[in-house]
Amino acid sequence: MSSETKQILTTDGIPLEISLKKAERKNKIKAFLLVAPLLLFLIITYIFPIGEMFTRSIDDKMITNMLPKTFKSMETWDGKELPSEEVFASFLSDFKILVEKKEHGKLAQRLNKEKNGFNTITKKLFRQVKRNKIDETQNIKEQIMKVHKRWRNVEYWQAIKRTAPPYTSAKYLKAMDMYLNEDNKITQVSEDRRIHRILWLRTVEVAFFVTVFCFLMGYPIAHLLATLPMKYSNLLMICVLLPFWTSLLVRTASWMILLQQQGVVNDFFVMIGLVSDDNRPEMMYNKVGTYVAMTQILLPFMVLPLYSVMKTISPSLMRAGKSLGGTPFVAFWKVYFPLTIPGIGAGCLLVFILAIGYYITPALVGGASGTLISNQIAYHMKTTLDWSFASAMGLMLLGGVLVIYWLYNKLVGVDNIKLG
Amino acid sequence: MSKNTEFVKFDKVDKSYDGKVLVVKDLNLNISEGEFITMLGPSGSGKTTCLMMLAGFETPTNGEIYLDSNPISNIPPHKRGIGMVFQNYALFPHMTVYENLAFPLRVRKVQKDEIDKKVDKALSMVSLSGFESRMPAQLSGGQQQRVAVARALVFDPAVVLMDEPLGALDKNLRESMQYEIKHIHENIGVTVVYVTHDQGEALTMSNRIAVFNDGKVQQLSSPDKLYEEPVNSFVAEFIGENNTFGGEVTDISKDVCKVKLQNGEILANPISVKSKGDKTTVSIRPERALINPKDKMDNNQTGKIEEVIYHGDHTRVRLDLLGNKEFILKVPNSSNELDLKLGNEIKVGWNSQDARALDPK
Repeated sequence: MSSETKQILTTDGIPLEISLKKAERKNKIKAFLLVAPLLLFLIITYIFPIGEMFTRSIDDKMITNMLPKTFKSMETWDGKELPSEEVFASFLSDFKILVEKKEHGKLAQRLNKEKNGFNTITKKLFRQVKRNKIDETQNIKEQIMKVHKRWRNVEYWQAIKRTAPPYTSAKYLKAMDMYLNEDNKITQVSEDRRIHRILWLRTVEVAFFVTVFCFLMGYPIAHLLATLPMKYSNLLMICVLLPFWTSLLVRTASWMILLQQQGVVNDFFVMIGLVSDDNRPEMMYNKVGTYVAMTQILLPFMVLPLYSVMKTISPSLMRAGKSLGGTPFVAFWKVYFPLTIPGIGAGCLLVFILAIGYYITPALVGGASGTLISNQIAYHMKTTLDWSFASAMGLMLLGGVLVIYWLYNKLVGVDNIKLG
Repeated sequence: MSKNTEFVKFDKVDKSYDGKVLVVKDLNLNISEGEFITMLGPSGSGKTTCLMMLAGFETPTNGEIYLDSNPISNIPPHKRGIGMVFQNYALFPHMTVYENLAFPLRVRKVQKDEIDKKVDKALSMVSLSGFESRMPAQLSGGQQQRVAVARALVFDPAVVLMDEPLGALDKNLRESMQYEIKHIHENIGVTVVYVTHDQGEALTMSNRIAVFNDGKVQQLSSPDKLYEEPVNSFVAEFIGENNTFGGEVTDISKDVCKVKLQNGEILANPISVKSKGDKTTVSIRPERALINPKDKMDNNQTGKIEEVIYHGDHTRVRLDLLGNKEFILKVPNSSNELDLKLGNEIKVGWNSQDARALDPK
């Protein structure tokens, strides 16, 4: 025991550990300086934007800043009956400031999102304030309640109170087709308005099946690549990589040419008499198109990790399996296949993660039934300009990918992965 | 009951990969049951191809291979029941030692307790008991080698093929493994076909050795015969060390012939020369030529010492003798009274019986 705790000294009498650290320090600094540009780049382009996305997705400060006094006075309100005179007074004073800054419209919009009907009553209140109809020396509560009957309805005041916290989970709930109702309970939206959940499920479904198709097609190709003599395998490798060297848009466009109703594939089917001319099947602007195009585009991401793993498996292992009495299938299943699992894991993970966030291809060939959640994100980024909602969905996607990664780690082990 | 001398039979086997070059030419080879036969030859001589044909991974282009009198060309490898030890061991890296050994038994649907017994026995045979739960990567090269041998034997195959199994081991380990494999063979009496390019390995282990060159068996005989009585100059050259003289036969009788060299004449044992005027290569083993021979020998020459190399148990002396500057002598360490100095002239003698006049190179 004593020898373990005893400090070992160098010839000069300096403790060995300190001496070693000193000797290594220079190398460590050098190494850090070498990676520093990349680290900085990652922080600026990856970690910072994700943080920004996160704050944006839960940010609700606008209204908090608009009605500071109201929320302060509401702190003591129990929320069961109409609030006190004090709350009405502070609301009026907040409102007057907003009217001066001409921001009352924004308030109406925000409150209307929380509860329908705020638009009308805010406008009415605005007109009264504009005409100086409200006498601040009198009972303000009475006067506001007279403006519109909804101001007498406690539910509207509850709605205002709900907007008080500077952060909200509303965007996340919205992405799951849910919302917080009057009693602060998570509720599902009415059935005809549930669109996001279908999109999420469809995204996972498409990503899953694209992964399966890529695996089913990529495994034999990778095996062939790994076992063919160099001469042929190089040519085949170029064929596999060719899609990589072609623009994504060009490839997707060529699929559109092939798959459309008057397209090459349909013409061929009609020619060989598989389908009649007036009954050409729709292969585009639906899921079929999305599956076909995405599988083709993502295939290299499956083939390459598989190939790199298969290349390292000695052909004598299969021979050994056979010579020991295993049928070719047993030798494959018991010997070859288990050894390719690191490649399968890497390929599937790669394809699935890429597929789950795929955007251009489903947008072009997917049509209505083939669009995915990423198309929805893009729609909110570009059309509705609801960036916080887009951020929320983007982060949910990222979270989903991380969960898959975590699951993979639990089941197979990440150190078992082999990407190339 | 006498043993089947044609247990494995190559019958007029030809093999070509590309339809242009024959890798194996007209191979006829009988292997008896329980024999340890080695296919020895330089790389590219066709020996591994022969082994692969026997294992079923290659098909003969012509001819047939018989195993226990049954033609096996159309039987797939997994039905041949031939054990095989591969060059790089080919242990299944994702299975433990136990699972590796159990694999051939499991695919044969052997009962669990029977498997345990057989695996136990096989592991103790290669003195690796207690290693069942190790992964192959946790074993040293020698241990992996033994597991590979045990795995090839565990299902009691009639024939075991070994494809340069000791090639990756270091020298000491290789030697001890040679004895180990030899002893295992002696104990269980399985037929072994062993492929190697290492003549030392072949000489120590085999009952018989088939020397391959250029797709043909050059000589098939027991190790001592192969070394002492090579039938052609390739075998003489390939097995052991060898001093050669090229020349022409000037006189020939039943068991001695006169060979005229560039500058001199020697007496030799006519092996593959038939008549006067034949070109020949005379081969003499270094240890058969003696310095200052005390007995009367029928060849006596004088040579100049060109190089002396100390080897511990013996000293190698390179001479310039009869125009051959590469004439090697092995001098045992017991003869220390000799004066081996560079440039000294010494007398060398050998019996004509040991100078074999073979085919010309």
